[in-house]
Amino acid sequence: MIQAILVFNNHGKPRLVRFYQHFPEEIQQQIVRETFHLVLKRDDNICNFLEGGSLIGGSDYKLIYRHYATLYFVFCVDSSESELGILDLIQVFVETLDKCFENVCELDLIFHMDKVHYILQEVVMGGMVLETNMNEIVAQIEAQNRLEKSEGGLSAAPARAVSAVKNINLPEIPRNINIGDLNIKVPNLSQFV
Amino acid sequence: MPAPIRLRELIRTIRTARTQAEEREMIQKECAAIRSSFREEDNTYRCRNVAKLLYMHMLGYPAHFGQLECLKLIASQKFTDKRIGYLGAMLLLDERQDVHLLMTNCIKNDLNHSTQFVQGLALCTLGCMGSSEMCRDLAGEVEKLLKTSNSYLRKKAALCAVHVIRKVPELMEMFLPATKNLLNEKNHGVLHTSVVLLTEMCERSPDMLAHFRKNEKLVPQLVRILKNLIMSGYSPEHDVSGISDPFLQVRILRLLRILGRNDDDSSEAMNDILAQVATNTETSKNVGNAILYETVLTIMDIKSESGLRVLAINILGRFLLNNDKNIRYVALTSLLKTVQTDHNAVQRHRSTIVDCLKDLDVSIKRRAMELSFALVNGNNIRGMMKELLYFLDSCEPEFKADCASGIFLAAEKYAPSKRWHIDTIMRVLTTAGSYVRDDAVPNLIQLITNSVEIHAYTVQRLYKAILGDYSQQPLVQVAAWCIGEYGDLLVSGQCEEEEPIQVTEDEVLDILESVLISNMSTSVTRGYALTAIMKLSTRFTCTVNRIKKVVSIYGSSIDVELQQRAVEYNALFKKYDHMRCALLERMPVMEKVTTNGPTEIVQTNGETEPAPLETKPPPAGPQPTSQANDLLDLLGGNDITPVIPTAPTSKPASAGGELLDLLGDINLTGAPAATPAPASVPQIAQPPFLLDGLSSQPLFNDIASGIPSITAYSKNGLKIEFTFERSNTNPSVTVITIQASNSTELDMTDFVFQAAVPKTFQLQLLSPSSSVVPAFNTGTITQVIKVLNPQKQQLRMRIKLTYNHKGSAMQDLAEVNNFPPQSWQ
Repeated sequence: MIQAILVFNNHGKPRLVRFYQHFPEEIQQQIVRETFHLVLKRDDNICNFLEGGSLIGGSDYKLIYRHYATLYFVFCVDSSESELGILDLIQVFVETLDKCFENVCELDLIFHMDKVHYILQEVVMGGMVLETNMNEIVAQIEAQNRLEKSEGGLSAAPARAVSAVKNINLPEIPRNINIGDLNIKVPNLSQFV
Repeated sequence: MPAPIRLRELIRTIRTARTQAEEREMIQKECAAIRSSFREEDNTYRCRNVAKLLYMHMLGYPAHFGQLECLKLIASQKFTDKRIGYLGAMLLLDERQDVHLLMTNCIKNDLNHSTQFVQGLALCTLGCMGSSEMCRDLAGEVEKLLKTSNSYLRKKAALCAVHVIRKVPELMEMFLPATKNLLNEKNHGVLHTSVVLLTEMCERSPDMLAHFRKNEKLVPQLVRILKNLIMSGYSPEHDVSGISDPFLQVRILRLLRILGRNDDDSSEAMNDILAQVATNTETSKNVGNAILYETVLTIMDIKSESGLRVLAINILGRFLLNNDKNIRYVALTSLLKTVQTDHNAVQRHRSTIVDCLKDLDVSIKRRAMELSFALVNGNNIRGMMKELLYFLDSCEPEFKADCASGIFLAAEKYAPSKRWHIDTIMRVLTTAGSYVRDDAVPNLIQLITNSVEIHAYTVQRLYKAILGDYSQQPLVQVAAWCIGEYGDLLVSGQCEEEEPIQVTEDEVLDILESVLISNMSTSVTRGYALTAIMKLSTRFTCTVNRIKKVVSIYGSSIDVELQQRAVEYNALFKKYDHMRCALLERMPVMEKVTTNGPTEIVQTNGETEPAPLETKPPPAGPQPTSQANDLLDLLGGNDITPVIPTAPTSKPASAGGELLDLLGDINLTGAPAATPAPASVPQIAQPPFLLDGLSSQPLFNDIASGIPSITAYSKNGLKIEFTFERSNTNPSVTVITIQASNSTELDMTDFVFQAAVPKTFQLQLLSPSSSVVPAFNTGTITQVIKVLNPQKQQLRMRIKLTYNHKGSAMQDLAEVNNFPPQSWQ
């Protein structure tokens, strides 16, 4: 069972925090910070498995993480999940994000936190793996987005054009996800440290 | 009131904040706006506000006031509202809040909604945070959805069912009928979640497990699905790096493992497919390795045939050589699990495992270390120890304690020679001295006393080790103890194993004093050092005054422990000087407290080194030694070992009495006294024997009864009878109780009984009940002799009697040959 999924950047700012077991808010933030410190220490040519910190779970829990450019994707799992399988799952998740957001970058995760949650909901449910077929996930997300758009969307504003899902056969996601063109996406954005 | 700002606006604003305080301010302002908006019951913008609230919650700010709003959103008709509402419920609510029960009705309605996505949302929420009450209420709905033909809903219902079963295990049977057709699905998503559901059911209930094995014929079904996955050609929808749906394959393998565990039929049914998967899977990418890894785990867990097991271990061996760290980590973990059952197979990969000790990755090093300790045996101990010591040198501090303990354990079990053992221990103490666990020190000391022949070598090496550096406490403690015990060997330069060093008594005292003074020494270490100095007062000849001075200085130490010791030692010097030597004698070889093998009761006679008695020998001391020499002279031959009765017995009765009083106060547990904490009596020589000997009760609870007693000597009115006792648990020890009686009309005074046995035996003579044999058989002297006869040879004894009778000193020698066979066979 997956106990938690955390995504944070190289400075420890959380970009996605999802717990599948209840922790009080303070503990949640502490866990994020502790995990960040544990993962930051790791070199790049070291294995992707870590014994968990003291706060989350106990001796049965492992942290499995992957580092993509500026983001760390960390899954906290117990022994019932295959470690190598979870590594592949992280890859599937990121590739799905890429398909949904078209060359996803950190800013996408920042500004569309709710959408990222919805995508995650189609992949992992209740701490268990639900669907691993990327195309299937994307199709479902698209359908739901269309439904939402027809109602007027979250912003209750004219919807953005939905881009068609391209059928790209991605062999391997490039390790360096490019930041993208800042000028086009979000103008007048000052750097947040 | 203006429309609340959009989520993106909020995010943008927050990102402009330069400091934490600024951010907090912005968020507080926005929270206030949101709260007033909630109060106004604004339906249009509620979803927007909740979205913003969730964002702030992720950053770590309190958001509990949004919980009820989430519920209102869930109840709304719009899909957008429901979506964000359910997300909010999952993030903000949990079963500890009473509010969550209000959701139950909404979820129930949504489970029957016309739009599948709404149903999906409801299933998702129930599956994530449904409490047991909710699960009980809604289990029926979930079960219904499990049978639907809509694959999107079916897979979600399966996972939701898993959650329900976890929360309310009694409901498991309810889902059983629905599982019948689950595996007939084509949709991989449904297949995947169905296997998860079946796994959960099998793990939870052994009845279910048996049911699935027999009635449902689950194993053939799974084998069929797996075969299709492997055999089918390229299918673009499920393909990941050339392998068809690896996630499903891994899940199925895991379920097969549970089904095959401890079950011969099932294991047989899956042997073929496992072999097929193991050989056909491509290993160039991570996905292939994930499948192989799972296959290996399954093979090791079920009752597979030996060929398959060998195949599995070889795959693990190949993993160890893989460049990918993750694969190596995973291989080491599984080898650790299998080393108990397939020890020999894992031994083949020992060299690779030992290489992993040098890896840079901390997780891999830890696994490799644990595995190395599991693989150490009598054959490879030398090589492995070299590697492990090298590892101890270079590893991170968090490993050192575990590694040191592991090395000690391994060395104790498999040491090829005592010298090697001592060397290894020395090496550990010098490299990782401060990380050694506290309980290692007494164990080491006990080990050192046991290796009698290399005492000189040991003390010399320890002395050299602390000469340069005395900051590592365990090392200093062991060294101080040894120097205190064997300081005479050190000074006399008697070492055969190594080049003997020239050390004077002053130099030794110098080092011990610097340990005492040093800031780095802990209180315990100082205690060791002080006692060592005190012991040296009987071993050294010319520096006794210096020792007296040191001891008296610490009589006013601030440390209470040191002060007490110093004061008591001082008293030893002043008032009890005649007892000092006896008290500070060599320690006898200690019995091991925790014994795994046969107990070694090494009976030593209290005095193994007559030499240190030079300074102030007890008055009766020289007497028994000369008498023993007489015995030797008279009897001739080298096959008799003289017996020197334990020193306390040869002392004048008064001193002996005080000593016995002192001993009586101590809690005699028989544990080796490495820290001479109880009072000032370091010598606790097999206390049960010492005191037991004075009582006339049988010494063993399980005595071999019925050994006839003999009359060993009968002459001139003096009769000596032997009665025997033997223990069933330790048949090599025979306890003889002698009774001396006097049939003449005058008492025999100053009666001393001595005995000698052949060299293959060992003998211990305890103190007699008195030294007067009263006349007319009115009383007897009782004395206990213990004979150790490991080789079960025929018991023989020569005895010598001296006493005063009718005003003249009498002396007699005799041989006792009429021991009954039961006493020694």
